[in-house]
Amino acid sequence: MRHSRRWLVIGTALLFSVHGSLAAQSGDTLVHVGKGAPSPSAATIADALRQVARHGQVLVHAGVYAESTLVILKPVRITGKPGAILDGQGARGLVIVNSDSVELRGLTFRNTGSSHTDDRAAVRIFESIACVVAQNRFESTFFALHLQRVDGCIVRENTMQGLAGSQSTTGNGVHVWSSRNVQVEHNTITGHRDGIYFEFSRQASARQNVVTESLRYGLHFMFSDSCAYESNRFVANRSGVAVMYAKHVRIADNLFSDARNSASYGLLLKEINDSQIVGNDFLNNTIAVHLEGANRNHVSGNRFEANGWAMRLLADAQENQIRDNSFFRNVFDLSTNSQSHFSTVRGNYWDRYRGYDLDRDGVGDVPHAPVRLFALVVERAPAALLLVRSAVADALDLLERIAPTLTPATLLDQAPRMRATVRAPSAQLVPARRSNERAP
Amino acid sequence: MLILAVLRAQVAELSRNRWVLSYTVLLAVLTEALYQLSGSAPRALSGLLNVVLLLVPLVITVFGVVYWHTSREFTELLLAQPLPRRALWCGLYLGLTIPLVLAYAVGITLPLLLHRELTAAIAPLLAMYLLVGTALTLCFAAIALWIGATQDDRLKALGLALGIWFAATVLYDGLVVWFATVYSDWPLEKPMLALMFANPVDLARTVLMLQLDSAALMGYTGAVLANVLGGYRGALATITALALWILLPALAAGRSFVKKDF
Amino acid sequence: MNSLNAVLETRGVSKRFGRTSVLHDVSMTLMPGRVTAVLGPNGSGKTTLNKTLLGLVRPNAGDVLLNGATVTGTDAYRAHIGYMPQAPRFPENLSARDVLKLVLSLRPHAPHVAIDELVAAFDLESFYTRSLGVCSGGQRQRVNAAVALLFEPAVIILDEPTAGLDPVSSAALKDRIIAERNKGRAILMTSHVLSELEELADDVVFLLEGKIRFQGTLEALRTSTGGLTLERSISTLMLQC
Repeated sequence: MRHSRRWLVIGTALLFSVHGSLAAQSGDTLVHVGKGAPSPSAATIADALRQVARHGQVLVHAGVYAESTLVILKPVRITGKPGAILDGQGARGLVIVNSDSVELRGLTFRNTGSSHTDDRAAVRIFESIACVVAQNRFESTFFALHLQRVDGCIVRENTMQGLAGSQSTTGNGVHVWSSRNVQVEHNTITGHRDGIYFEFSRQASARQNVVTESLRYGLHFMFSDSCAYESNRFVANRSGVAVMYAKHVRIADNLFSDARNSASYGLLLKEINDSQIVGNDFLNNTIAVHLEGANRNHVSGNRFEANGWAMRLLADAQENQIRDNSFFRNVFDLSTNSQSHFSTVRGNYWDRYRGYDLDRDGVGDVPHAPVRLFALVVERAPAALLLVRSAVADALDLLERIAPTLTPATLLDQAPRMRATVRAPSAQLVPARRSNERAP
Repeated sequence: MLILAVLRAQVAELSRNRWVLSYTVLLAVLTEALYQLSGSAPRALSGLLNVVLLLVPLVITVFGVVYWHTSREFTELLLAQPLPRRALWCGLYLGLTIPLVLAYAVGITLPLLLHRELTAAIAPLLAMYLLVGTALTLCFAAIALWIGATQDDRLKALGLALGIWFAATVLYDGLVVWFATVYSDWPLEKPMLALMFANPVDLARTVLMLQLDSAALMGYTGAVLANVLGGYRGALATITALALWILLPALAAGRSFVKKDF
Repeated sequence: MNSLNAVLETRGVSKRFGRTSVLHDVSMTLMPGRVTAVLGPNGSGKTTLNKTLLGLVRPNAGDVLLNGATVTGTDAYRAHIGYMPQAPRFPENLSARDVLKLVLSLRPHAPHVAIDELVAAFDLESFYTRSLGVCSGGQRQRVNAAVALLFEPAVIILDEPTAGLDPVSSAALKDRIIAERNKGRAILMTSHVLSELEELADDVVFLLEGKIRFQGTLEALRTSTGGLTLERSISTLMLQC
C-alpha cells in the first residue's frame, strides 16, 4: 500500500516538474512572487520554483496563492513575507517536498480540507535530508506536517491549528514516520488528532513545544527508540499522552496537565523500557502516570499534583525506580492491581505521610504505605469512586494505616522525605491554567 | 405577617444564642486552620469538605432537637395564640434555620474575607459550599423538628438525632461501599448514582466533589456521571433533588407539628 | 349546671395518650364573671383539660365550644382566651418587651391593655429590657401574667399562677384576677394552694383520674361534703371515691 502510493506521488511530481528541472540548471538566485514584486519575479509560486536556481530563494509577497499542489524536487528556500498565504481551498495538500535542503519559512498554509483516502498534509516531505520548516502558520489543515523517511530535519516555531471536528476528520500536527534526527522545537500545536506523532523514528527530539486540545494524544510515539522529549507542555489533550514500545527514551521537564477522561492519561507508558521520566510536572489529570509492561525505568524528580491517580503501577511493570518524586493533593498517590511488586519506591515526598523525623536527617523514620486501602476497593469496584471523599473511605484508610493487611508490602517507601524536593520551575513550565494557589 | 412576627423573634433569640455563636466560631476556626495549613483558599475549602458534611448535619440535628425541647414551653405559649399551627411552624422552622444558615455562611466566609481571598476564582466553589451547607441545614433542621414533634422524651429524641446523623453520614456510605464491592461485576454507575441521590449527605458530597480538585478523578467513572451531573441538566437534577430533601422532611415535620398534642 | 351563658365549655371530651385515658367524658363550663378552680391530684388531667380548651391537645371525642359554637380543631377562637402557662421558660435572649411585642403582633387587631399599665401593674420596669435568661423565676412569672392579661379576652386560663411569686406580686396578681372577674370575664385557674383557690374561686371542678367527680359552686361543695374548708371538702371527696 504505502509503496505504491509513494511511487504514485513521485510519478506525479516528476510529471509536473520536468520543465522546472530543466530551467533550474541556470536560474535566478532570488525570485519574487506576487503583485508588484520587484524583478526578477513570477506570477505564481510554481513559476518561481521553475525559475529559481538550485539553493536559490523564492520570496513570496503578501497575497493568497491558490495554486495546485507545489512539488519541490531541488534544494530551495521559500520564504513568505507577512501575509503570504497558500490556500488549498479545502481540496488538496499544498507542498510536497522530495529534495534535500529545502527550507520553508514564514508562510501560512491553510484549508487542506480533510481526506479519508490519503494522509493529506499541508506540507509533506519524504526521503529528504536537512529540511527546515520554521515560523510558518498552519490553519485548518488535516495533517499539518507529514515527514516520512527524512533525516536531520528541523521543525521550529510553527503554529498549527487543526481542523475542528472529530478524530477521523483531523490528522496529526507533526507526523514523523520512519525518520532519524528530527528536531521538533518551539511549536504551538492545537486541535489536531495527535499533536506530535513519532513512529519508527530514532534520535528524534521534541523540545519546548506547546500541545493543547488534541482530539486524541498530545504526544504519541511508538517503536521510536533513543528519542528525547523535553520541556514541552501537554495541556488538555483529550486522551493525554501515550508512548509505547520504545527504549532509551528521555522524557524530562515536561508539563502534563488536564487529561481528564475515562481513558485519559497524563502519560501512558506501555512497554517503555530503560527510559528516564524525570522532572516532569503532572497536574490535574485523571491518571497522571500509568506504567504497563514498562521495565527498568527511572521515574524521579517528578511532581504530581491534584491528579485522580498520581501513578498506576501495574504488576507487569518491573524493576522501575520511583524516587525523589513529590506527591501533593492527589486522590490516590499510588495504585496497583497486585499484591506483589518488583519496582522500588523510595525517597519520595508524600503529602499524606504522617510519620516523624526524630534524627532530623530529612527522611521519615517510619516507612510510608502510599497505596490507600480505598484505592484497592476502587480497583475492584470502580463505582465506589463516588465515595472517595467520604468519611468511610477515610476510615478504611486509617484502619489500614494502623494495621496494614491488604496493601502490598513491597510498595512501601522505606525512606519518605519530610519535605518536597525543591526544583526551580523553568519559565516554560508555568502552566497556563494554574490558579492562584501557593505551594504548601 | 404572623409568620414574620414569630420569625423575627426567633432570629433575635438565636442570633444571640451562645451555641449558635460557638458554631460560627468553630467553623471559622476550622476554616482558618485549614487555610493556614494548606496555604490557599481553594485547598482550605477542599479540606473543609468532610467538616461540612459531618459537622453540619450533626450540629443541626442535635441543636435542633435540644432547641425544640428547651423552647417547647414558649412554643406552647405561642400555640395558645390565635394563629394557625402551620404558620407557627413555618415561623419556628425559618426562625431556627435562618440564624444557623447565617452562622454557617459567616463561619466559612469570614476567614477567607479577612485574608482577602474572596476572589472570582474561588467564587463558584464557595457558592457551592454555601448552597450545599444551606441545603443540609434546611434538611436536617426539618428532621430535627420532626424528631421533636414525634418524640417527647428528650433522651430518646437526642438518641434518634444521633442515630439518624450516624446513619446518614457513616453507616449508609459503609453499606454502599459494601454493595459496590459485592456487585462489582455489574454495571453499577446508575445504581450508585441513584444511591447518591437517595441520601442528602452523599448528594451534597457528589455536588461538591465535582467542583473540587478531585474532579480530575471523576473522568474515570466515564460518561454516566458527566451526563447526569454535568451541565445545565445536571445542575437542575441536583438542585431539584436537594430541594426535595428539604421539602419532604419539612412537610413531614410540619404535618406532625400540626397534628401533635402538646 | 346551666350551660346557656357559658363562655367556654367542653362537651363529653375524652382523651387518651396511647393506652392511658387522661380525660374521660369531661363536660364542664366556664361562666362569665366567675372564677372556676380546677382541682385534682397530680396526673388527674388538669393540664390536659386546660390544653384541650386551648386546642393544644386534640380530643379523641367530644367538643370545645365558645359561646355555644363548636370550635374544636380551629385556631381563631383563641383570640378570646388569655393563657398563663405554668412557669414557662422564655427564650433566654429575649426581653419582657420583646415577648410582649411578639404576642401583641400575633393579634394585631385585638384590643389590648396599655403596655405601660401592665408594666406598672406587674412591676416589670426594673428588668423590662433585660434578657429573660438573666431574670429571676418570679420576674419571669410576672411577665407570664402580663402576657395572659395583655388582651381583654372573654376567658383567662391560669395554670398555677402564683407559683414562684413573692407575696407582694402574688397579692397584686390576685387583685388583678378579682378585678378581671368583676369585669365579667370567665376565669379558669389551677393551683396547689387551696387557700388561694378558696379565696378566689366561685366554682369548683374536681377531677380524679380523668373524670369529673364534682362540679358546682364552692358553697355547694362545702355543703355536700360538710367540710368547713376546701381542704377538708377535697379530702372528703377523695375518700368517697
